[in-house]
This record gives sequence, structure tokens and C-alpha cells, in this order.
Amino acid sequence: MKISGSEILIECLKKEGVKYIFGYPGGVVLNIFDSLYDNKDVRLILTRHEQGAVHAADGYARSSGKVGVALVTSGPGATNTVTGIATASMDSIPLVVFSGQVPTMLIGNDAFQEADIVGITRPCTKYNYLVKDVNDLARIVKEAFYIASSGRPGPVLIDLPKDVTVGKADFVWPELDIRSYKPTYEGNKWMITQGAHLIAKSKKPVIIAGGGVILSGAAKELKEFAEHTDIPVTMTLMGLGGFPGSHKLSLGMLGMHGTYYANKAVQDADLLIAVGMRFDDRVTGKVDAFAPNAKIIHIDIDPTSIKKNVRVDVPVVGDVKKVLAVMNKVLKEEVKEQWGEVRKAWLKQIDAWRAERPQTYTHSNEVIKPQFVVEKIYELTKGDAIITTEVGQNQMWTAQFYKFDKPRTLLTSGGLGTMGYGFPAAIGAQFAHPEKLVIDIAGDGSIQMNIQELATAVINKLPVKVAILNNGYLGMVRQWQELFFDERYSHTKLDESVPDFVKIAEAYGAVGLRATKPSEVEPVLKEAFRIKKTVFMDFVVDWKEKVYPMVPAGAAIDHMLFEQAEKKAEKKLKAVK
Amino acid sequence: MRHTISVLVENKFGVLSRVSGLFSGRGYNIESLSVGETIDPQISVMTIVTTGDDSVIEQITKQLNKLIDVIKVTDMTELDHVEREMVLIKVSPRQQDKAEVLNLTEIFRGRIVDSSQKTYTIEITGDEKKIEAFVELMRPMGIKEFVRTGKVAITREGVKK
Ligand SMILES: Cc1cc2nc3c(=O)[nH]c(=O)nc-3n(C[C@H](O)[C@H](O)[C@H](O)COP(=O)(O)OP(=O)(O)OC[C@H]3O[C@@H](n4cnc5c(N)ncnc54)[C@H](O)[C@@H]3O)c2cc1C
Ligand SMILES: Cc1ncc(C[n+]2csc(CCOP(=O)(O)OP(=O)(O)O)c2C)c(N)n1
Ligand SMILES: [Mg+2]
Repeated sequence: MKISGSEILIECLKKEGVKYIFGYPGGVVLNIFDSLYDNKDVRLILTRHEQGAVHAADGYARSSGKVGVALVTSGPGATNTVTGIATASMDSIPLVVFSGQVPTMLIGNDAFQEADIVGITRPCTKYNYLVKDVNDLARIVKEAFYIASSGRPGPVLIDLPKDVTVGKADFVWPELDIRSYKPTYEGNKWMITQGAHLIAKSKKPVIIAGGGVILSGAAKELKEFAEHTDIPVTMTLMGLGGFPGSHKLSLGMLGMHGTYYANKAVQDADLLIAVGMRFDDRVTGKVDAFAPNAKIIHIDIDPTSIKKNVRVDVPVVGDVKKVLAVMNKVLKEEVKEQWGEVRKAWLKQIDAWRAERPQTYTHSNEVIKPQFVVEKIYELTKGDAIITTEVGQNQMWTAQFYKFDKPRTLLTSGGLGTMGYGFPAAIGAQFAHPEKLVIDIAGDGSIQMNIQELATAVINKLPVKVAILNNGYLGMVRQWQELFFDERYSHTKLDESVPDFVKIAEAYGAVGLRATKPSEVEPVLKEAFRIKKTVFMDFVVDWKEKVYPMVPAGAAIDHMLFEQAEKKAEKKLKAVK
Repeated sequence: MRHTISVLVENKFGVLSRVSGLFSGRGYNIESLSVGETIDPQISVMTIVTTGDDSVIEQITKQLNKLIDVIKVTDMTELDHVEREMVLIKVSPRQQDKAEVLNLTEIFRGRIVDSSQKTYTIEITGDEKKIEAFVELMRPMGIKEFVRTGKVAITREGVKK
């Protein structure tokens, strides 16, 4: 029996096990929306902006490991998805985004609401399609889900001209056969063995765990690997949660805002074992001065990640989970333990660095320190929550002061650094985990970039919490201006223009709470967590606070700026005056 | 260093822009690019001439391999191979140079494919050196127009002795 393209689409989504689509309607997708109208299996969640829809699909994907799905109309609907798609692309998140398109015979005519979205998204998707024939639709959808979720994951866009979704065809769910796309999962055994021998011989090894550990679901194998070899683990921003942050071998995050001891350890290491990470410039700082004495073992599923930014001695192309499983076996069965005492000295050295400069901040009884809010959230949730962030200082303080013990509990835009990501992502995560506490740790600037999604949260009765670290500034940019632009705060002060977030929340039918004193932080958080509704918490925090340590752009990662140093300089200045 | 890279791709629309977008988006340069169908009409072959140090070339080959529509990437420079390029040159020699043009074309095993009262259009096929040599010789004759196809390349098969 022949059915319409939009019905085929829904059959495909059912086959792929899709429960939620995040989307927004418009002219050329009306018939798809019509097919969704009385469908019981696939639910469309109406967001209030297409960017919100894609971030929500992304939050759904990051928190669940499944493919996130979005559906938008042509032209402006499609172009509004670009930031969301690029965000997912930079962080290797599996999405399938459907965009409506003008009828095939009008394509290229500057038709009403036509945009060449396939052309526009070519550089920020893993792959994209323009469906030209309804008979190809099922195959393309199946391929898209496969491409999005296999190998190094990423977003795939499918552009659906109106005549294709209206046209009729038989629904056939085809076999997959993409001859030109065959990801490598199994690592080369010989390379892995080479790596194992390097590990056995090394005196000062460090593991750097990245987003690949989480994407691969390799937390268990990584823990076994680190514990068996007694090697300390530092994580990239994307790797947080891939190894328990509260573990004694955890060094926390490395890089620009990494811990002193993580950066020190990396710089002093004689061996780095990089697992599922891509040596971003926020991680390496000045590349020529990065880990000067270390040999590098690099495990990554994407060959282009290897030797892109840093030299590599033992490259292993493959899936982290599989490679580490083999590595653990080789280490236990073929390579005799040679580390024992040697490793103790190394861990002692690291403890000394840890003691020298622990990850802390200066407490206050008068003003709310933003770090204090994050610490309290950790304390009250005991780490059992899904945390999303916006971008800026809020994001870095979250990375530094919340201990992520489990994978898929931190959802943050690392690669693109998209302000406005956190709130819609939290909404997506809440759909995937209705029973979980989901909190967006936000900035007063970023939250305003997708604040319209309050409507989505409220109408769907989502108990999403948003903790705004309200410093009245585009804080991270202000920090750079303070440190590197002679305190010339060009267009970063929001202050009196910051809206009353409590009233905004209330206007949308959500709950608004505010804390202006340190003593109010805990009660506000407790109250928010108790209420089974969408809650905005406005924490009026110390605007002067900066993210430390900090490696200035382009410097080696052990050339760090510290809060204490700044305090000293201030005192000196006062004494001179 | 200069490399000639041969890329087998699915013969679908958009593939050319995926490949050229990879180069432009990542700041790699393309000296020449030629595309054509292979014996299997569903597969095209692109021959790309590019320059870069070893690490750049390594990234280029990896990035090309990563494209979903790419079936196979071969860096011809590492293999024993034959390269050819064709150029069409339109010259308008002075009366006294005409014989020389015809003579040189003969020597280079070129062909006159079009002529008018004032011009000859010459087709020359060969490797880069041959083409460059011919162009240099034609330069003083008055080149009016000049079109080249870009290189194509194929590996050599070993001969059993
Ligand atoms: C304001 C701001 C400040 C930042 N500061 C820092 C900082 O101080 N420190 C920091 O670390 N980051 C920081 N970042 C984030 C940074 O920009 C990068 O996003 C991050 O470092 C990348 O993490 P990653 O290397 O783990 O790579 P990801 O982007 O997570 O990439 C994952 C890697 O794993 C591979 N992979 C995927 N799946 C698998 C699999 N199954 N098996 C094997 N490999 C796989 C991929 O090919 C890829 O190479 C900051 C971002 C912002 C916005
Ligand atoms: C969409 C977008 N525009 C601009 C930037 C540049 N940027 C990075 S952090 C930041 C300031 C964010 O301010 P806020 O949300 O208040 O966070 P804070 O740093 O104050 O915690 C800006 C403007 C960005 N990352 N994303
Ligand atoms: Mg702010």
C-alpha cells in the first residue's frame, strides 16, 4: 500500500525508536505536522525557537546516548537551526535534523522561504541530504540515523521538499549498505601492545580523558585501566564524568581553566595516554611547549583527530571502550606490572602540587560567591543530577567546583561555546530523564539567549531548575577585559538592563526565587529542589569574581594566573598608594 | 611538497562541493582538480594536486577519507604512477613565426585543432614538465588564450621480467 512521504517519515521514526521530536511548524512541513497530530508513538515537543529545538534534541541525546531529533520548516526555520547543529557538530553529538524545503521544482528559484540549508550546513554536519524522490526517503532516514550515531557521532540534516513528503510510495525499511562509510572500532592489537609496554615502563604517566570516553560508554573500562595501572586521570571539559571526579586518582580538568595540579602533571609527565580527546587549543595552550617530555599514546575513533595538533608516538584508531578492554587485558596478561614503587613517587609529587595550590576560592559572608553556589548544588544533589551549563564563567565554575562522578551528567557546549545552550538542553535532558533532577547553571547574559523556552518547560510541566549566577556582566568577557584590556569594559556591563528574573519566571507561569546573601543560597536551592515545577533561581553574586587558575591565551599551560597572586598585587598597590 | 591525490567518490550531486569545501574550509590549497566518471558510472574519480608539508598532506588524506561519500584516497606521489594533463593554447604568431609554431607542435607531438587567418589552437598532452616547456616556447609567439584540464593520474602496474 502506498502511503505519503510524511507517513513514511513517521514509520521510519518509529522503527528508529524515536519518542520525541523537538520542533516548530511552518508552511512546507504542515503535512508532516498533520501526520503527527494524532500519532501516539512519536510526540512532537513544540519549542519556542528552532535553536531551542535543536539544543533540546542535543540535550536529549547527550543525557541518554540516543539520537536527538528535530523538525523545522524551510527558510528561517532551517537557518535558525544552524547554531544548534554547529554546537552538536563541534561536540560530536548524534542528531537528525529534518528541515522542510520548497517543492523540488521550485528549488533554486528564490522561492518563498527557500534557503539552501544543505549548502549552509555542509560544513557543520557530519553529512546531509536533500531528498529528491519519496522512494528514497526511508533509506535516507535509516542511513542518517546510522551515520549520526556510529563512528565519531555527529549531526545529520535531511532536507525534505514539500512534494516529497506529500508524494506517495510503498514503505520499505531497507537494509543498510554504505560502501564508502566504514568506521573503525577495533584498535590495532600490535599498537595497543606497544602502548602497554610504554605504560609499563613510564615513571610519570597521566591519562587525559575526553568526550570520546563518554560517547563510547567507556567509563567502566577507563576506571579499570586507571586503577590497575595507578595512573592519575585528568579530563577535558567534555570528558568530565568519564572518570569519577571524586576519585583519588582524579586531577579534575586540565587546560586554560584547569587545576594547577592537572596542568603541572601534564607538563611534567613522561607519558600521556589520551583517550577520546582531540587536543583542543584550550587544552594544550601553546602547542610547542605542551608536555615537552612526554611520549603520547592517542586513542581515538577518528583518524583526523590523531596528529592534528600534537605529535603522537603510539596512535590507536578505534573505539575507546573496545581499545581499553584490550589494553586492560594486555596489561594484566602480557605485560608484567613494573610500576609499583615508581608510581608512588609520582603520585606523591602530584599530591604535593595539590597541596601547594588546591582548587579553591575566597569565601565570603557578605556577598554570594558564584563558586559557593556551585559547591552547594553539588553538596545538596550529592552529584546525583544532570547539570547543563551556559557559556562563560558560570560554565567554568561548574567544571571546577562540581564533581562529576558519572558520565552524561554534564551537558555543556565545549567546542562551539554556545551561549543559550544550557536551558533548552536541560529541557531535552528532562524529557529523557523525567525522574531526574536537571539543573542549568546559567549566566545572566546567556540565559537571555533562549529564555523563551520557559514556555516550553512550563507547558510540559518540566521541573527543570535554572540557577542563574547573576553578576550583571558578560562575565567571562569582562574578565579578559580586566586582565588584558586595561579594565576597559567595552559593552560587557549588563547591570541595570538585566531583567528581573523572578518576574520573568512568574510571567511564564514558572516559579522565581532570589538569593542576595550567602545565607540564602542553601534555602533557595532546597526550596527549588522541593518544588516540582520549573524554577528560576536568581543568585546575585559577586561581580568581581574571576575564574582562576587561568592560562592566558597562547601561553604554556603551566604559566597560570592565580587569585592569590592577584590579591598580593592589589595589596602591594594599596601599600604604594 | 606537491602531491597528486586520487580520490574515488560516489557519483552524487554535492560531492564536489564537499571535497572543495573541505579544502577551502580548512585552508588547504588546491592547485588543480579534475573530475570524471570511472568505468563504473556510479563512481567518479577526482585528481587533486595540492601542496603542504607531510603533516598537512596526512591531514588532507585523512579528512578526505572521513567524508562519507569518499570510497578511496590514494596519494599518487608515493606510488609509481603516470600523470597527464592536457592544455589548449591559442597563439597568434607573426607571419615569420608560423612555421616555428607548427614545427614545435610537431616536436611536442601536439596537434593543431583549430586555425584561423591569425591564430592556431594547439592541443598538447603530457606531464607537467613537457607542458611547461611547450608553454615557455610558445610565450614569445604570442599566447592569446590558455586552458588546462588539471592533472589526471593513474598508477603503473609492475611488469614481470
Ligand atoms: C569558555 C570556555 C572555556 C573552556 N576551557 C576549557 C578548559 O580549560 N579545558 C578544557 O579541557 N576544555 C575547555 N573548553 C572546552 C574546549 O573548547 C573543547 O570543547 C574541549 O577541550 C574538547 O574536549 P575533547 O578533547 O574531549 O574533545 P570532544 O570535542 O569531546 O571530542 C571527542 C573526541 O573523541 C573522539 N571520539 C568520539 N567517539 C569516540 C569513540 N567511541 N571512541 C574513541 N574516540 C571517540 C572524537 O573523534 C574526538 O576526537 C572550554 C570551552 C569554553 C566555551
Ligand atoms: C552566542 C555567543 N555569543 C557570544 C559569545 C562570547 N561570550 C563568551 S562568554 C560570554 C559572556 C557570557 O555572559 P554570562 O552568560 O552572563 O556568563 P558569565 O560569564 O557572566 O558567567 C560571551 C559574550 C558566546 N560564547 N556565544
Ligand atoms: Mg554574567
